Amino acid sequence: MRITCPNCGERDRREFYYQGDAVALARPASDAGPQAWDDYLHNRENPAGDTQDLWFHEAGCGAWIVVSRNTVTHAIDSTTLAATVKR
Amino acid sequence: MRLQEPEDTVSFTFDGQSIRGVPGEPVAAALMAAGVKLVARSFKYHRPRGIMSAGSEEQNALVTVGRGAQAEPNVRATVLEVSAGLEVFSQNAWPSLKYDVMAVNDLMAPFLGAGFYYKTFMWPKAFWEKLYEPIIRRAAGLGGLSGQPNADRYEKAFAFCDVLIIGGGPAGLMAALTAGRAGADIILADEDTAMGGRLLREVEDIDGQPAADWVEEALVELRALPNVRLMTRTTVTGAYDQGTYGALERIAGPRHIDKPLECFWRVVAKRAILSAGALERPIAFPDNDRPGVMMASAVRSYVNRWGVAPGKTVAVFGNNDDAHRTAHDLAAAGITVAALIDSRPDIQAEGDFEVLSNATVTATKGRHALEGITVTQDGEAREIPVDCLAISGGWNPTVHLTCHMNGRPTWREDIASFVPTPDSIPGMVTAGACNGAFTTAACLKEGAEAAADVARGLGLKPKVTVPAADERAYKIAPLWAMPGKGRKWIDFQNDVHVKDINLAAQENFRSVEHMKRYTTQGMAPDQGKSSNVVALAVLADATGRGIPETGTTTFRPPFVPVSIAAMGAGSQGKGFAPERLTTSHHASVARGAPMIEAGLWYRPSYFPQQGETYWRQSCDREVGYVRNAVGVCDVSTLGKIDIQGPDAAALLDFVYVNMFSTLKQGRVRYGLMLREDGHVMDDGTTARLGPEHFVMTTTTAAAGQVMRHLEFALQVLRPDLDARIASVTEQWAQFAVAGPRSRALLNAVLDARLTDADWPFMACGDVAVAGVAGRLFRISFSGEHAYELAVPARYGASLFRLLTAQAETLGGGAYGMEALNVLRIEKGFITHAEIHGRVTAFDIGMDRMISRKKDCIGQTAAARSGLMSEEREQLVGLKPVGAVKQLTAGAYLFEPGAAAERINSQGYTTSEAYSPTLKTGLALGFLKRGRARHGEVIRMVDHLREIEAKVEVCDPVFFDPDGGRARG
Ligand SMILES: [Zn+2]
Repeated sequence: MRITCPNCGERDRREFYYQGDAVALARPASDAGPQAWDDYLHNRENPAGDTQDLWFHEAGCGAWIVVSRNTVTHAIDSTTLAATVKR
Repeated sequence: MRLQEPEDTVSFTFDGQSIRGVPGEPVAAALMAAGVKLVARSFKYHRPRGIMSAGSEEQNALVTVGRGAQAEPNVRATVLEVSAGLEVFSQNAWPSLKYDVMAVNDLMAPFLGAGFYYKTFMWPKAFWEKLYEPIIRRAAGLGGLSGQPNADRYEKAFAFCDVLIIGGGPAGLMAALTAGRAGADIILADEDTAMGGRLLREVEDIDGQPAADWVEEALVELRALPNVRLMTRTTVTGAYDQGTYGALERIAGPRHIDKPLECFWRVVAKRAILSAGALERPIAFPDNDRPGVMMASAVRSYVNRWGVAPGKTVAVFGNNDDAHRTAHDLAAAGITVAALIDSRPDIQAEGDFEVLSNATVTATKGRHALEGITVTQDGEAREIPVDCLAISGGWNPTVHLTCHMNGRPTWREDIASFVPTPDSIPGMVTAGACNGAFTTAACLKEGAEAAADVARGLGLKPKVTVPAADERAYKIAPLWAMPGKGRKWIDFQNDVHVKDINLAAQENFRSVEHMKRYTTQGMAPDQGKSSNVVALAVLADATGRGIPETGTTTFRPPFVPVSIAAMGAGSQGKGFAPERLTTSHHASVARGAPMIEAGLWYRPSYFPQQGETYWRQSCDREVGYVRNAVGVCDVSTLGKIDIQGPDAAALLDFVYVNMFSTLKQGRVRYGLMLREDGHVMDDGTTARLGPEHFVMTTTTAAAGQVMRHLEFALQVLRPDLDARIASVTEQWAQFAVAGPRSRALLNAVLDARLTDADWPFMACGDVAVAGVAGRLFRISFSGEHAYELAVPARYGASLFRLLTAQAETLGGGAYGMEALNVLRIEKGFITHAEIHGRVTAFDIGMDRMISRKKDCIGQTAAARSGLMSEEREQLVGLKPVGAVKQLTAGAYLFEPGAAAERINSQGYTTSEAYSPTLKTGLALGFLKRGRARHGEVIRMVDHLREIEAKVEVCDPVFFDPDGGRARG
């Protein structure tokens, strides 16, 4: 598996640490309530198809990257620096 | 028998028998030349088996190479190259290949059919592990492992290219020429020792010259192209995501302990062309497994390429025109062709041999080698004495790699075979025989066209010129299994025959995946390469369906067996767990300190002195240094993270539960870090070195995790913050100098004296040691007046010498991990033994540290009522008060009267030490409602070590509870 780091280019997946769903980008406010926090912390979709998750270029530039990929075909559509994602 | 006497031969052994062979030729060829027919015993029934193929698909001739730790089992004799002194052994036979005791299994065959294990060894259950399985494992199997550490060397490597061409036969060579001439960066990989594929064995012309000459010319041109890499002996084993391919290279030349045996490649290719050719498939007829029954194309390989005759009198049996080539080539080589037997009624064949059309082989004879066959034609059976039978049931395109990413092949009726479904692997196209194009002319054309397409896709301008070649069409009439009695073998490597498959169908294992698991068809090391299609046809017939409706099993990587040692090359021993050494490592080892692992780091346990015979003596002495004089300890393994920027303080406020923006420059603060789910992640101190400059310390264990966490906080959660972080763990050597005389020691080594006013508890700042700029932190993990002194790592070794020498003049010295642990337990300081991932700030009594003036990671989740419940297990201290003084970590806590059972558990212990300061055993642990239970006496039960003690619950800070010693 190869992931294109926006800083470093296409790299072997061994250089990356896998975190999980990119839902982490949408951190609720402290007072958002238990349901919002429960969803944020624990509830995850398990899609057969397109998904977005966070990878860390740990053995590279140290960038957190949002990877859009397909869980069925394993195709990677796009990669974006997490720091630049609009929210 | 050899057709020509070779010039240079060397000697190797097979089961101790000396055999001459040509260096580089397959061991199978040399065995054949020496007249060795019986090479192996089969997996289950211990049937005598010979050589069946001339390639990596070999099902029968598996051997063991070498002995002792260097023995390698299940090597295919058809791939193994002859070299001087090579030691080859047969396997799965005892006492000898010829007189194999376990051959009795073959007589028991009626009872050992498919499903036998499941049916026979079901009951009683307890017998399975102790009785049945060991017996079955001993009786059935292939080669064995030595049980010793692998002494052989393996390597791994990475390669990148524009185009990976898999298979160097006519299609692959033509593809390489076309794309190579256009300038593409190419890797051409072939598993054989030489490029050429089928052209190395066939007698035909390309461009008006013998095919072998054309191959040589093509190779001369390819070798001259700097953009083409030729990799022989390299099997592409798997197709993976984003154009990654696995490949196994067998290293050329004689095996040697100092030379790797194999190299596992990970090849990254923009595009790939699969030109892997096709594999000839057998026909299932009674006793088709006798040594001497071979694939028709393999016979051509041995005769035409290796100059070895597989027999004196050979018959050829097939259902397709390609088989006829074998009869012609044998006759041309002067070998007697007893008959050409073709199952089709209307064939055209002429030659200096008898041609039997509409005829099949229905029986064979010969115990350890083939002696004759029975041919049935028009209902009439006749015996023909032969010592070799060449068989061909047609060709299976080598579609395997196209199935590695969920692709399913497509059935093509006209060639009675599966072909690749286009676009099964992104970026890969197929060409030649693996695509169902079986003539040389078609292979060359498809190779050239596929390469031209690929090259154009890469922005190149290829030219397509295809040489003239053999266009004889491949005609076939499907023939899978003969009727009649006797076992008709399909999967030779796993001993599966037609009846097994019929039985599976009869017992309603009609799905091909069920049949496979019920019969073990295709589950041997060869993964059913040669046998799956025949098995499928038999299943289709038994279930009254067509082959495409019956489906196929899934081909998974690897295409050929790959040694785990090759895939894991470089990751054994220290390659798996590299050593991280501190700057004081060599000095510690020189002092006789036993080193213990802390992650990848090595740290000294204690520093034994003369006369000390037990670690506790050293440990107690070192604790005494710190409590009474001064001790020195290397703490460089703690993570150090440099944090800078206008928002550095805001970042710290966000990741720590407590405030850091209020921390003054020149001061240090203890910080507690939570995970977002409200549990404790790590703790440590952070010093403010400047208005926008902090340095954080983490625990040794969590250094990497915290670094990742901080980057996550900064990039994912708070990209609005302007701050940057860098790990500086290895840039600084840092030493704890702890004890009442620590300041005296430092004043002896620092360039400027420390004063009470400038260096209160939790102060930090720049210092100099003999002119070397360093940092000093007045922090304490022992509860004593203490400092940590950091210098650039290159000065670490000398600073450690200096500090320990000074400490010794002050009645102290170096201390190790054991003493450090005792000191912190005496003070109730936590480590990851306590903050093990399931505890909250509330559990360790630090919930009041969580600032409500700001948001931080974990703050919201930590406030959930379940994480603040008084019923939770809370950090406590424990002291022995009964006859048993020994406390242990990992023990459970119970009420005095309750049975020591899980359901009654009140908590558990996490750390334990003998305190020489307090002259008692101490433990830290977690106890339900623990903070309200100080003074209670409960039971500690260690079920594993069988220790039970009465313990008193107390505050976790056992020593100097008001902290006066550290501040003073
Ligand atoms: Zn990067």
